[in-house]
Amino acid sequence: MTSVPVSNRAVSSRAGSARGGSARGGRRFGRASRKTVLNLLGLLVALFALFPVLWMISTAFKPATEIYSLTPHPIPLHPTLANFRAVFSGSVIGISYWTFLKNSLFITITAVVASSFIGLLAAIALGRFKFKFRTTYLIMLLIVQLLPQQALVVSLFIDFRKLNLLDSLVGLILVYTAFALPVTIWMMRNFAATVPRDLEEAAAIDGAGAWTRFWRILLPLVSPGLVATSVFAFIFAYNEFVFALTFLGTDTAKFTLPLYVEYFYGQNSTNWGAIMASSTLFTIPVLAFFLFTQRRLKSGLVAGAVKG
Amino acid sequence: MVTSSHSRPGTPSPAGTTPPSTEPDERRKTTGRSASPTLDLSFKQRAGIWIRKHGLGPYLLLLPATAVIGALILWPAIQVGLFSFQNYGLMQISGVLPTQWVGFSNYSQILHDPEFWQSLKTSLYFALVVVPLTMIVGTLVGQLLARLGPKMRTFVSVSALLAWATPAVSASVIFVWLVDPDGGVVDWALAKLPSWLGGGAHWAGFSWTNATLPAYTVLTVMLVWTGFPFVAITVLAGLRTLPSELLEAARVDGAGAWRTFWKVTFPILRPVFLVLALLSTIWDFGVFTQAYIVTGNLGNRDEYNLGLYEYSQAFTQPPHYGLASAAAFVLTIILLIVTVGYVRAAVKQGSLA
Repeated sequence: MTSVPVSNRAVSSRAGSARGGSARGGRRFGRASRKTVLNLLGLLVALFALFPVLWMISTAFKPATEIYSLTPHPIPLHPTLANFRAVFSGSVIGISYWTFLKNSLFITITAVVASSFIGLLAAIALGRFKFKFRTTYLIMLLIVQLLPQQALVVSLFIDFRKLNLLDSLVGLILVYTAFALPVTIWMMRNFAATVPRDLEEAAAIDGAGAWTRFWRILLPLVSPGLVATSVFAFIFAYNEFVFALTFLGTDTAKFTLPLYVEYFYGQNSTNWGAIMASSTLFTIPVLAFFLFTQRRLKSGLVAGAVKG
Repeated sequence: MVTSSHSRPGTPSPAGTTPPSTEPDERRKTTGRSASPTLDLSFKQRAGIWIRKHGLGPYLLLLPATAVIGALILWPAIQVGLFSFQNYGLMQISGVLPTQWVGFSNYSQILHDPEFWQSLKTSLYFALVVVPLTMIVGTLVGQLLARLGPKMRTFVSVSALLAWATPAVSASVIFVWLVDPDGGVVDWALAKLPSWLGGGAHWAGFSWTNATLPAYTVLTVMLVWTGFPFVAITVLAGLRTLPSELLEAARVDGAGAWRTFWKVTFPILRPVFLVLALLSTIWDFGVFTQAYIVTGNLGNRDEYNLGLYEYSQAFTQPPHYGLASAAAFVLTIILLIVTVGYVRAAVKQGSLA
């Protein structure tokens, strides 16, 4: 879990503050209590950040009597799995959680693979070639990624209606692939640019064709970047709501997880135990996935966002 | 997907977009030359040479991405513009009546709709509150993270990023539950709070989602909760690029944290702050998912923001796709103005290099 490397700079600045403290004299105790205060503030921030998710999980394990008790307890006194059972068995809206998980994973994984591949090709062009319209293309990507999705959804709805892509998982895959692309390309191009050109040239001299060079040299070297960008694409596609809401209007069995959770909430707006259980089963996989990959993510997050 | 090696029919279109520096007739000449069978080359190799000679590699690589983005983002965007000048509604989508161009009538209808102005005002006020709040909380947390020990820093930043990664739908449902009038923890805590802190028994059973101000207060807290980690982590990364000598010099000169921030940190990191503020504005102004769920699935018209207003024109019965497109166009234009600022900031920062 030690993902943030202590940079030399951080160390030296801390040493600097120690020096400054002793120069002013008698601040040793002050520094110790300052550290305590900072750590307490840190815990407070962590609590603020985690509280809603923890409360969701805790509610999901509570029996109804505890959910509506006059004094809410942070930890369930009599934990129960009844809420989860209701979600898995589909006793509340008739279809089990597994159906929606399957839909979500199918759509998300297909879209991530497609956008990663297409995005990588474009990233190679933008990261490794100088050509006219390169800057124009990059600006186009910046603008496109910021177009409001609920504005485009009207137009896409009408197109998809004509193409019979409503109530279809394929339609969502197409949309998610497209909307994941700008960010994927934008982030990946930095990774593609870092692959040393000499390596490729050496391989070309040794007679490796473009395809071989792509598979044997470029791909292994950009794969860390590929992981980072695909995590972002995954989170986007797995969490997406507006398009799913609009395109999967009537066919409940085709719902993705976010749509299912929202629908579930709409259908049983007082059964908070079951709602939180469904929400937990939707949220925990993506948070676990995020925790698992966050080490690689942070650099990508900063590189992709701050730098553009 | 093997477009690069043998997509002869695909090549003319990117070639058409190549600059005029290589004249078309010259290009034709060289094409003929490279196609002539002087050497015993396979078609694949000859195509490779031809692509290389004309510098078409990058265009071919961009082709699939451009096609997908063009068909599914750019074209819909253009089409929204077209629909906004048409009377596209239920009769038109079901094919009963043909669509007609109606000039600016959709726009004038929207601009005369008090609900439109109400929703625009809601969006504006909301962004004006949430964006600065997110920036302040995020910056403070970023400064805090920079001062923590490595283990604590990891713990806090990962916790914060979990809030950021929580899906919008989950966050919305959770917050609605937190502020639920019966059994929600927020009303319970507020009722327990001493009265000089604004607490009191009148909070018991307070309904947060049935009126605009309370509903958007909940949305404010939720979006700050979602947005601050991103700001904090970015600010932390920015702080680490600051030359430590500068901060030390400020300290030696006796500048406190407040002055050091405004005189040293902020001026240097100004582009980072600008980008973050513009991004937050774009995200928060037309926020849809959270607003949709918290304000009750388009049920409360007076709680609409611009995003909900636009969406409801198209997707509540009867559908008015033309009106929705006009509203979408207005929303897009407003955001594009912000986006232009964002692109300029990004260019200044040198991120197009």
